[in-house]
Amino acid sequence: MLNDVTFGQYYPTRSFVHNMDPRAKLILVIAYIVAIFLADNFFGLAAVILFLLVTVAFARVPLGRVLRSVKMILFLVIFTAVLNLLFYGGESAYEPLVQWWIITITYESIVNMLFLALRLTLLILGTSVLTLTTTPVALTDGLESLLKPLKYIKFPVHELALIMSIALRFIPTLMDETNRIVAAQKARGADFDTGGIVKRAKAMVPVLIPLLVSAFRRAEELGDAMDARCYSGAKGRTKYKKLRFTWRDLVGVLAVAALITGVVLLNVYLGGKFEILSWIIPQ
Amino acid sequence: MEAVRFENVKYSYDGGESYAVNGVSLSVREGEFLAVLGRNGSGKSTLAKLVNALLVPAEGRVFVEGMDTTDEKLTFEIRKRAGMVFQNPDNQTVASVVEDDVAFGPENIGVPRDEIGRRIDFALNAVGMQAFRDAAPSRLSGGQKQRIAIAGVLAVRPDIMILDESTAMLDPKGRREVMEVVKKLNKEQGMTVILITHFMDEALQAERAVVMHRGEVVMNGTPEEIFARSEELETFGLTLPRAALVCKRLRAGGMPVAEAFTAEELAEAICASLQRD
Repeated sequence: MLNDVTFGQYYPTRSFVHNMDPRAKLILVIAYIVAIFLADNFFGLAAVILFLLVTVAFARVPLGRVLRSVKMILFLVIFTAVLNLLFYGGESAYEPLVQWWIITITYESIVNMLFLALRLTLLILGTSVLTLTTTPVALTDGLESLLKPLKYIKFPVHELALIMSIALRFIPTLMDETNRIVAAQKARGADFDTGGIVKRAKAMVPVLIPLLVSAFRRAEELGDAMDARCYSGAKGRTKYKKLRFTWRDLVGVLAVAALITGVVLLNVYLGGKFEILSWIIPQ
Repeated sequence: MEAVRFENVKYSYDGGESYAVNGVSLSVREGEFLAVLGRNGSGKSTLAKLVNALLVPAEGRVFVEGMDTTDEKLTFEIRKRAGMVFQNPDNQTVASVVEDDVAFGPENIGVPRDEIGRRIDFALNAVGMQAFRDAAPSRLSGGQKQRIAIAGVLAVRPDIMILDESTAMLDPKGRREVMEVVKKLNKEQGMTVILITHFMDEALQAERAVVMHRGEVVMNGTPEEIFARSEELETFGLTLPRAALVCKRLRAGGMPVAEAFTAEELAEAICASLQRD
């Protein structure tokens, strides 16, 4: 039922992007998102698409795997697109295409809808390149390192990172446990596969309660084990794994800088997103 | 030198009159391999936790290399000297990669980076798991996981290792693997070992064994001495090692075999008795 669920969507292979520093990747994804929102016309977004394709090629992840991540938010994309199409209230230089009750569809609202859908999709694709090429543990390490300055305002960076990595570490263990409990309850005649959604949800209660009880027991033992191994918080602690910036990260920074510059130049020279209408629709 | 000394130690979980450990006095020599036997609820796990200050005695004192465990300032130092391996390997692994998990202890005590690398090499080598440095613990067998847990303790470089029923959840192969490693550490590195177990066969590997019953130490001697008193052992809910049981039955049935505790000894004793006929 829950067999071999690989957590997250990490795609294990060796590549230029996989080998980049997780901190660099986190920062670059933020910069990439900034580039998406700076882009004010379709040419800018085309530049982003080009950048994304090159990155995916360097990451040696099949394009299908990257595209699959859009599926999760497909509903959200369509929903926002439709709302924008129907209720876009901006000025229009042309005759409205449809005008009925509170709904007005203009050429501009179509352009706006397409632009927004594309932006959202690119946003998800970019972040999924990050999660496809970085293990959750590396991401945690990267976040811990980036958030380190917050230590000075007493923000428990180390503790949060440790909680995250222990949670990640226990996912396979608790999955195994769930499978065992499900099997045990089935052997006692529990029925998980028939009935409506309410009945099925109720059937999970005898699985969740033992799971919760055992998770608490595990937590207590883990606490003892950590104590026994001299854990006493972040103070006086050293770190074995050290993150290192390499030439790859420099290449990444240059590439994203080029992207942002390109997007800004395209904005300046080719105008806003509605400019395109004046080229294709005779006034 | 004494590694651990218990002086009339009492401990109660509910703070009341029912003591899990009730007046234990015991001393463990440096480099000794001590087995602690006892049925469930005999207080043997509580005894283990009293050594590295996970529990602090209600009455009496526990000394680890002369340090009193009731002194909170010494807790950290005591835990550096006395490492502990628990029963469930899954509940003592903190990281998703073997080397990160082994590094956890040394990181906690502030060992410099390069030295941590060397300690990981040393510890994984000692348990024969160097090939699994980058593996995910969740994919390993029980015996392998437990060897990683031992490596995690070794990386702190303790003088004393306490194994609290560390083989109880393993299959026979995993049990053998772990016992091999423990014996090797005791022999080659002079590590003091306190092995808490309810497997009688494991106790035979030790130099000395104590039997616990209702929070008290009721028998104390070499494993052979203890297993020679099988009737007394049975009153504490324990049985003989399997080979010794077979040997006893054979003698009761009239076969003149010499006293034997392990399968090898038994085989030899039977051969010798057959040759005599």
